[in-house]
Amino acid sequence: MSLNDWILALHLLSAVALIGAEVLFTIMVVSLWRSSDAPRIASTMPLARAGTVLVMIGITGTIVFGVWLAISLDRYQLWDGWIIAALVLWAIGGYTGQKAGEGYAAGGQRAAELTAQGTTSSPELAETFGASRAFWFHIATLLVVLLIVIDMIWKPGA
Amino acid sequence: MRPDSWNVPLLLHVAGAAVLFGAVAAAAVSTLAADRVAQPEFMRRLAFRSLLLVGLPAYIVMRVGAEWLYSKGFDELEDDPAWLSIGYIVADVGLLVFLLALVLAGVAMWKRNSGVAKAAGVLSILLLVAMIVAVWAMGAKPD
Repeated sequence: MSLNDWILALHLLSAVALIGAEVLFTIMVVSLWRSSDAPRIASTMPLARAGTVLVMIGITGTIVFGVWLAISLDRYQLWDGWIIAALVLWAIGGYTGQKAGEGYAAGGQRAAELTAQGTTSSPELAETFGASRAFWFHIATLLVVLLIVIDMIWKPGA
Repeated sequence: MRPDSWNVPLLLHVAGAAVLFGAVAAAAVSTLAADRVAQPEFMRRLAFRSLLLVGLPAYIVMRVGAEWLYSKGFDELEDDPAWLSIGYIVADVGLLVFLLALVLAGVAMWKRNSGVAKAAGVLSILLLVAMIVAVWAMGAKPD
């Protein structure tokens, strides 16, 4: 096996971690849909932490190993259209994912505070875990990730 | 370069595998963390539903994509390359482990049994490790 084979394998593993994290977050979003139950929302925080670790691995690994591979392989160049598209989508996905994460993290933090105070329900939480700004940023992130996967497989113009 | 006719089955295979990874990761964390949170029953239900409603369909999509790709010339090879054999072993043995984890997660949810939930969580972790090996083999293609 060559170094390029290893870089490709690590790039793929990072992509699986990133998509896996988005799936994990989507499972959370669906299972907590419009929930006002503070202890329930606080209970899912271990999932949020695991998802965050996977996102960090995924977002760092895909860009580092992806760029390395584009430089290392003679048949691809960093300025190929499909690679530039992937880099732009990666940046957009990073932004929307961060915004979604901030919104849901604030909701989770509020749920933990309410649970500690003995409050079991809050309409404010139902709003955050419904069709909120964070939700739409999450949907945007899912679409961007799907576009990146399609771009990586079809490699338009390559 | 890969033929264009491989793209759709490859998309199904890759997307199915990645979604399966996310569903199994969600189940692993939910079952193993359930005892340390305010609503353990909710977490066990979440684990079971993740495996049943997300993981199982994702496995089917991943496998359909794999067989579709295999039919595009790999089935004519005299011997499967090592990376393909690793993929098949993980997919076949992994299905048994997945189904066992699914049943245990279901039992843990209905019986409210922490020990059974942990067993489902440990199997899910094993499955994640096997999937990491399979993804590495698909990328690095060891001879």
